[in-house]
Amino acid sequence: MSVEEAIIEKSIKKNGNFLIAVLQDIQEYYNYLPEECLIQVSKKLQIPLIEVYGVATFYQSFSLVPKGEHIIVVCLGTACYIRGGKKIVEALTKELNIEPGSITKDKKFSFETVSCLGCCAIGPMVLIDDAYYGEMTPKKVIRLIEELKR
Amino acid sequence: MIKLHSINEYEELSKKFNGSKNSNTHIISISSGTCGHASGSIELEEALKQAVKGYEDQIGLKSTGCHGFCAAEPNVIILPEKIFYKNLKPEDAPYIIQSILNGEILDNLVINENGIKYPYIHEIPFYKLQRRILTASNIVIDPQNIEDYIAIGGYKGLIKALRMQPKEIIEEIKKSGLRGRGGAGFPTGIKWEIASNQKSDIKFIICNADEGDPGAYMDRNLLEANPQLIIEGMIIGAYAIGANRGWVYVRDEYPLAVKTITINVNNAREMGFLGKNILNSGFDFDIEITRGAGAFVCGEETALIHSIEGKRGNPSQRPPFPAEKGLFGKPTNINNVETWANIPKIIEKGAKWYANIGTERSKGTKIFSLVGNVKNTGLVEVPMGITIDEVVFDIGSGALNGKKIKAIQTGGPSGGCIPLEHFHLPIDYESLKKAGSIMGSGGMIVMDEDTCMVDFARYFINFLQGESCGKCSSCREGTQRMFEILTDITEGKADEESIELLEELAYIIKATSLCGLGQTAPNPVLSTLKYFREEYIAHIKDKKCPAGVCRALLTYKINPENCTGCGVCKINCPEGAIIGEPKQPHIIDQNKCIKCGFCQDNCKFDSIICEI
Repeated sequence: MSVEEAIIEKSIKKNGNFLIAVLQDIQEYYNYLPEECLIQVSKKLQIPLIEVYGVATFYQSFSLVPKGEHIIVVCLGTACYIRGGKKIVEALTKELNIEPGSITKDKKFSFETVSCLGCCAIGPMVLIDDAYYGEMTPKKVIRLIEELKR
Repeated sequence: MIKLHSINEYEELSKKFNGSKNSNTHIISISSGTCGHASGSIELEEALKQAVKGYEDQIGLKSTGCHGFCAAEPNVIILPEKIFYKNLKPEDAPYIIQSILNGEILDNLVINENGIKYPYIHEIPFYKLQRRILTASNIVIDPQNIEDYIAIGGYKGLIKALRMQPKEIIEEIKKSGLRGRGGAGFPTGIKWEIASNQKSDIKFIICNADEGDPGAYMDRNLLEANPQLIIEGMIIGAYAIGANRGWVYVRDEYPLAVKTITINVNNAREMGFLGKNILNSGFDFDIEITRGAGAFVCGEETALIHSIEGKRGNPSQRPPFPAEKGLFGKPTNINNVETWANIPKIIEKGAKWYANIGTERSKGTKIFSLVGNVKNTGLVEVPMGITIDEVVFDIGSGALNGKKIKAIQTGGPSGGCIPLEHFHLPIDYESLKKAGSIMGSGGMIVMDEDTCMVDFARYFINFLQGESCGKCSSCREGTQRMFEILTDITEGKADEESIELLEELAYIIKATSLCGLGQTAPNPVLSTLKYFREEYIAHIKDKKCPAGVCRALLTYKINPENCTGCGVCKINCPEGAIIGEPKQPHIIDQNKCIKCGFCQDNCKFDSIICEI
């Protein structure tokens, strides 16, 4: 059995035929949904591949392309937005030289935005990998990126 | 963990917990929700653990969910005195321990408003006007420990419910006047009755924890701080309706909430509150956790059901309503997190007690996330009927940085704005609707003079066009078109007809969309047009943004008096629009300037002026 198959088998055992949960397990392992896995899932769950693809592209937390080594997520929830979230996005766009939703050429950073992280009282929020940072400014966020570049 | 097999065993355990005094004389309750973590509570807790060494017999540490006062994170509350220390750093830890041992209060760490110090939680203006019922226990419960919940009387509501007939429970909920906290405000008791009347062997219940409204996080807080309250509410509801399986559909963007609710469902099962023959009542019920995958529309109940089934979250036509034909085609009752959390107290203390809180048609308390440009941001639980003024100015302590507040926004992307002149209105379902907004799930975003209402409307429409599932062309294409028009307005490219066009589109999208997302999508535009039309006109006619937000309408200039000619702006300008010799005042070539503002962000001498 290939690694892909083993992961999918294990996930189906745990989640039954709940497609989203299975895709979440794959995404957690690979950081994205490899094409081969989607084909396998379709076969094993007997769900047409077009439907699997439909689900994989409908939900924002799934990605069909690999993510960077570090994942930078800027919150653009309402409260973060009016407290300057847009400026954080602009600063990162310039610093990383990529638009939100893409990955740097050296694959070091994925740069994403999110509708709300639920930490609205201390915005603007930035999530870097699993760490939350509140009350961000363009300067503070660039300092964090510089540390990661080292 | 002991497994409870009967109501008697529960009562014995409850008595034991009530009788046993805590071995520590003092407890430091550390606010450790997601906001706390983001503000440094983990480091603080580590420092407190070090500092308390040698005094563990006198002082205990408890890591709890969020205390609600997020602007004061990281914070701790010293129990039993209820002394509140704000914005702590790890260095404060040894002083806190010493002060407790010496019976003193650390003046420099207490809340200080307008020169007055408020050491005790019940005196602090932020807490004083609140009526914390659902959030009262957050400060004393370790959310990983079900015994803490039982020690404060948890599951008393369930015990009472198991001694009642299902019909009696539904009557009690109806009498309480509780209305759905997810947004629409449908009477919960009636919803339950409809589901209960369905003839089917299999029925389901769902807890909607897909808190998608940007700017709202009450549900995250309840899931992280007092998850057993939600679970208890769900068990009571399932018993009343006749359901044997339940789901919590929780947003994937809330990892701590997912973890906490999962642990707690397992704990409840281990203790015998979930599973077969719960406390020997003959009633079976169990809960599963489903993680969302990042789709706002899944907060809509039919979309949520499809998502649990593993499909795309496309809403369906109602009727049939989920109560008739829901998850896997079976009768399904869906309530929001906060609605479920209200249930145990209503049953325990009675409908009469509950109905005494609030106004004639809006009962109980409501948790709001008071955020945006307000001083005291955080979660506030207030009785229905309190005025907006009281929440924003008395609890929230007014604007940040001495600015002038101009409006609040409630109801998330489906809601609307309420301007300052209407702040005397009481907060209840009807008043907010009359003012052109909705109660919604509880986001309350405060905006000051620096918020451009056109840009703000554009923000929501952009959000909604991205989240539209695409099923109805009016919503899919209409929100996109509205976004384009609003973009033109904010860039000074629109003519006067665009307001009319926006209103026409709004009418069509509302009238012809299938689900709540489309039906309410134009609301942010309509309500800003209603109250802040002059801002739209200023953008269109005068090509000016009064709040100074819409960059295309601003002019960046360099004040030669402040400019030292350091050249930092010149290096940072992506367009090469800044000209000047070293140590001589620089100037901006207006033909090249793209108004990105990098020069202003980087100038150390405040010499870049932005003219409105």
